[in-house]
Amino acid sequence: MLLSDLLAQALNGLSYGVLLFLLSVGLTLIFGMLDVVNLAHGSFYMLGAYAGLATIAASGNFWLALLIAPLVVGLIGAVMERAVLRPLYRRPTLDQVLLTFGFIYVFEDVVKWIWGGTIRSIPPPDLFAGSVRVFGGAFPSYRLFVIVFGLAMAVLLWLLIERTRLGAIIRAGVYDAEMTAGMGINIRLVFTGVFAFGAALGGLSGVIAGPIQSAQPPMGATILVPALIVVVVGGLGSLKGSLIGSLLIGQAEVWGKVWLPNVSMAMIYVVMAAVVLLRPQGLFGRPLR
Amino acid sequence: MPLSRRTFLAGASAAAAGVAAGPWVLRSHAQGGPLKIGLVLPYSGVYQVLGESITQGMELVFAREGGKIAGRDVVMIKEDDEMQPPVGIRKTEKLIESDKVDILTGPVHSGILMGMRDKVHNSKTILIVSNAGADAIARERCSKWIFRTSFSNWQPNQPMGGWVAKNVSKEVFISAPNYQAGKDQLNAFKETFVPAGGKLVGEEYPKLGETDYAPLLTKIRQSGAKAVYAFFSGTDAVNFVKQYDQFGLKGQVRLTGAGFLTEPDVLPAQGKAALGVVTGHFYTPQLDNPVNKKFVADFKAKFGGKTPDGFACQGYDTAEVIVRALKAVSGNTQDKEKLVAALEKVEFDSPRGHFRFDPKTHNVIQPFIYVREVKEVAGGLDNVPIDKIANVADPGTGCTLPA
Repeated sequence: MLLSDLLAQALNGLSYGVLLFLLSVGLTLIFGMLDVVNLAHGSFYMLGAYAGLATIAASGNFWLALLIAPLVVGLIGAVMERAVLRPLYRRPTLDQVLLTFGFIYVFEDVVKWIWGGTIRSIPPPDLFAGSVRVFGGAFPSYRLFVIVFGLAMAVLLWLLIERTRLGAIIRAGVYDAEMTAGMGINIRLVFTGVFAFGAALGGLSGVIAGPIQSAQPPMGATILVPALIVVVVGGLGSLKGSLIGSLLIGQAEVWGKVWLPNVSMAMIYVVMAAVVLLRPQGLFGRPLR
Repeated sequence: MPLSRRTFLAGASAAAAGVAAGPWVLRSHAQGGPLKIGLVLPYSGVYQVLGESITQGMELVFAREGGKIAGRDVVMIKEDDEMQPPVGIRKTEKLIESDKVDILTGPVHSGILMGMRDKVHNSKTILIVSNAGADAIARERCSKWIFRTSFSNWQPNQPMGGWVAKNVSKEVFISAPNYQAGKDQLNAFKETFVPAGGKLVGEEYPKLGETDYAPLLTKIRQSGAKAVYAFFSGTDAVNFVKQYDQFGLKGQVRLTGAGFLTEPDVLPAQGKAALGVVTGHFYTPQLDNPVNKKFVADFKAKFGGKTPDGFACQGYDTAEVIVRALKAVSGNTQDKEKLVAALEKVEFDSPRGHFRFDPKTHNVIQPFIYVREVKEVAGGLDNVPIDKIANVADPGTGCTLPA
């Protein structure tokens, strides 16, 4: 295999990893901050894709969809947190898991009811509709955009969480919610905000993935597994973990497909099992209490 | 533990229903009772569009007949198999044992079909397979009680091997999802491709439900293949064809495949990325024959402008077979030997061409496998026939009917 061939595949792994990051970062934030295993995160991804489709159908503008879909999904997330999730915070985790699991079906049926079950697809924006030559072959320019966009998002989120007062509150909440509330911070509002923000990030990833993949109501359930794997590998609630975990899984997935195509599915699970055995809290998770 | 309890409950309730419904069940079997047709199809999840198309095709025929065949009211009992063999098999048992259907149809999933097979065979239930293409059902696992109106996986692919070698290229990379139907389809392609001097530059089976084909597409480019022959369906087909175009392969490596790759359930989502893709299939709404023209027009009128696909044609033919066989026996579903004999004799002009079963296998003899190319037509993209191969019958190796 030529070096350029290897680099081309590494680039594929990077683009897949960045997509995984965008997909899982909202999940990991909600996980870490609220201690809620939000299985409906995949549904936010699906709702984002459909909100994006609707926006594009109305305006023909991909960039507008990229703006509106996260807002819509964030709002849905805020309502969901206030209305149904909040009463369950003091209940066992299993109750939350069951509740959010149920919402996968609710959202799926609502989308099916509005848009039907046919497969749809978001066209890439005109600016990135073509391909560029990289490492001896054509590479979709949209995927290059996704890589840049995703890494920029990672930096912005890092700045938000590590360098702003809001971020300090969120970090304090991750560490000890009760103590943070005791310091006079309206932690309930912060919870709603974080949940809505996580949901909005899920919605954003749905639009971003649209031109690469297809949209169909059951997509919310299928995307959940890789997103959960990233969270487990990266560590609960860790932004850095979410990024490194995504990039690692992205490479594992691609090299699995390159060298062992017929058993590539197992590759990411092998990586996950190895990480869990060596570091049960994930690569960057806080030690398990 | 929960499983055994559920099985027990299901058994108990079926028994209770049987006792309670005793006289009614007898009446329903009498000549004037409703004709119960069971449908085991996916009505949820990724493949629900297939289940819907097949059901709509059937509904079109039954509506034309005024909802009655030989004086009996048609009752369609639809069961969602969720594309999961255990569910499909449980629903099959329910339809046979508690609904006591006269005729069973479905499924989409070959695994469900293989799981249903013995249940159907041993209970002498007449099953008309309306999609699942497992080759074995026309071969060593064939049954006197099972007919298939759709296709065997072998049928659309085997003629394409020789066609691609002759008309496209002899250096081909082949790919399909990593499951039985995927392997069946590519093996059928190889049967004629290799003897025609074709060389397999690469062969790969990504997982079913793959979302990112980038590594495979990069390998295809690096392999130097002149063409690709692929079998994908549903979201896999959308993702594969879109990404194939995005990676700039379309201009250099000709994409060919089994018909499912560009069926109308996926074509709108693929859009222009699918232009020029060549596939082999037994149907396309573009066929120029009077039965098909009427079928397309009636289907569009009944289902809000939806264009019928191959799946709808399968449903249409399944219902047409039921209507014709039942009329031939005056609606008598009690004498099953007679009904099977009537089914074997059914012949009619279907949208796909002249329909008949192969008496040796009970599998449809495809009047034609049409080689189709995705082109722009009035109203969008469609599969336009560019060539055809006549009378494609499954070899039926190992099938010894009547058995």
